Amino acid sequence: MSSVITRVKQKQIAQLIAKGKRLDGRGLTDYREIRVEQGIIERAEGSARVLLGRTEVMVGTKIEIGEPFLDTPNEGVLTVNAELVPLASSTFEPGPPDENSIELARIVDRGVRESKAIDLGKLCIEPGKKVFVVFVDVYVLNHDGNLIDASALASLAALLNTKMPDYEMEEGEARIKPGYTPLPMRRHPIAVTFAKINDKLVVDPWLEEEQVMDARLTIAIDDDGNVCAIQKGGSGYFAPKQVLEAAGIAAEKAEEMRKKLDW
Amino acid sequence: MSQKSEKLIDKKGLRLDGRKPDELRQIKIEVGVLSNADGSAYIEQGKNKILAAAFGPRELHPKHMALPDRTVLRCRYHMAPFSVQERKSPAPSRREIELSKVIRESIEPSIFLEYYPRTGIDIFIEVLQADGGTRCASITAASLALADAGIPMRDLVVACAAGKVDDTIVLDLMDTEDKIGTADVPVALMPNLNAITLLQMDGILTLEEFENAVNLAMEGCRKIYTLQKEALKTKYVDVKEVEE
Repeated sequence: MSSVITRVKQKQIAQLIAKGKRLDGRGLTDYREIRVEQGIIERAEGSARVLLGRTEVMVGTKIEIGEPFLDTPNEGVLTVNAELVPLASSTFEPGPPDENSIELARIVDRGVRESKAIDLGKLCIEPGKKVFVVFVDVYVLNHDGNLIDASALASLAALLNTKMPDYEMEEGEARIKPGYTPLPMRRHPIAVTFAKINDKLVVDPWLEEEQVMDARLTIAIDDDGNVCAIQKGGSGYFAPKQVLEAAGIAAEKAEEMRKKLDW
Repeated sequence: MSQKSEKLIDKKGLRLDGRKPDELRQIKIEVGVLSNADGSAYIEQGKNKILAAAFGPRELHPKHMALPDRTVLRCRYHMAPFSVQERKSPAPSRREIELSKVIRESIEPSIFLEYYPRTGIDIFIEVLQADGGTRCASITAASLALADAGIPMRDLVVACAAGKVDDTIVLDLMDTEDKIGTADVPVALMPNLNAITLLQMDGILTLEEFENAVNLAMEGCRKIYTLQKEALKTKYVDVKEVEE
C-alpha cells in the first residue's frame, strides 16, 4: 500500500513529530475532522459514509437468510469484507482481495465480533438451520491514510442504521414479509490506530505519515473502556511501555469519539 | 470466544490439562530437520506440531518484485487439511492470509534486510497439527529456521500468547481455552532488544488485565527463548553416532 514519498518530506515529517508537531498542524493525538452520514444507500439494509479528513469509506450492509456455523447453531452470522476499490488510490489494483484488504476486513470484524456489538442470538430463526446472515461490505473510496479507523467507524455507523427484515414461518420455511425492525445492537466498539514514527506514537496517521511509519497499532475499545481487539501491523516493533501507553490513549480517544457521535 | 459453558479452571486453580495459570505447555524444538531447505525447524508445543523452512537469500521470482536496497521477505503460513478436527480446505483461507502477513511483519524487524539487495527470502510454515497458539509456535520455529539458514539477525523472535479464562490471566492457551476463553493476546518478542514485533488481541480485557496479559506473555516468550537457543546449539553440538 505504499507509493513514493520524497526523502525530504520523510525527514520533515519525522523531525516535526520528534518536536511533538505534525505536518498538517495536528497534535500527536488529534484525529482529523470526522464526518458520518448514515442511510445513504436505499437498497442496502444499512449504510454509512465516513470522512476522516480526506479518507473516505462507505459501508453497506445486506441481510440474508442462511445457515449458522456448526459451533454456534443459535446465533446469526456476521461476515465482513473489504474492497480496496481501484478508484480510491493509484496503488490499488483490480483483482481478488490482497492481504491488505483481508487484514482490514478482519480487523473491523474482530472489533465488532469480540465486543459483541451485535446481539447475534436474536438473529436466529430456526436453531441449527436458519439464521440471519449480516454482510458488512467495506468500500474504500478515497485513501488518505488510516483506513482501519475509518472503516471500523463506517461499519458501526452502518450497523446502527441497519434494518432487519421481518419474516413469517410458512410450512417450516422462513419467508421475508414487508416491514423492518432495527438490527439488535448492544455495543459500540471504536478502533483507534497509532503510527510509530521516530519512536513516537501519533494517532490517526494520514497517508504520508503511514508511508514514513515504522509500525502500526490498532486498539479497539468497547463502551466500558475495555480493550476488545488489537492488531499490530508494519515491519517495525513497539517497546512494551509504548503498547501500554497506546492502550491508555486509545481508551481516552474512544471515549471522546463516543461523546462526539453520541453512541 | 463466546459461550462460557465449561469450567476451564478447577477449584485447585489448575487448568483443563493440569497446568498452573502461568505454566507453559510441553515444548520440543528441533533445528535442521529438512535437508532440502536452507534452514528449518520443527516445534511441538502441546499438541501443536509445526514445521518451518527458510529458503534464501536467493533470486526472487517474479523478478519485478525485487527491491534495489534490500531483500524481500515472504512468508506463507499454511495448515494441513488433516491438522484440525473438520478437514480444512488446502486453499489459503482469509485467516491464513492474515496470519502469513502478521508473521512476516513480526519476523522482518529481526533481519538485516539491507544486506541482500535484489534477492528474496522465503519462509514456509506448515501446521501439521493445530492445538491453539499456532501463530506463536510458528513464529518461534520460523525464526529458528532463518537462523539455521545462516541469515544475519538482530535477535531471535519468539512468541507466546497469554489470555483470560474464567477470570484468570493464563499463559500459553491451548485450543479449548482459546475457543471458549474470554480473551487471547498473542505476543512476539525480540527478548534482547525488548521489542514487541507482534501484538494481537481478541476478547475483552480491562486496561489492567491487558497489561498483566502482555507482561505474562513476555515472560512466556523469555522462557521459550531459552529453549530456542538450546535447540539451535544442539544441532551443532550433538554428534550423532553412525551405524557401521
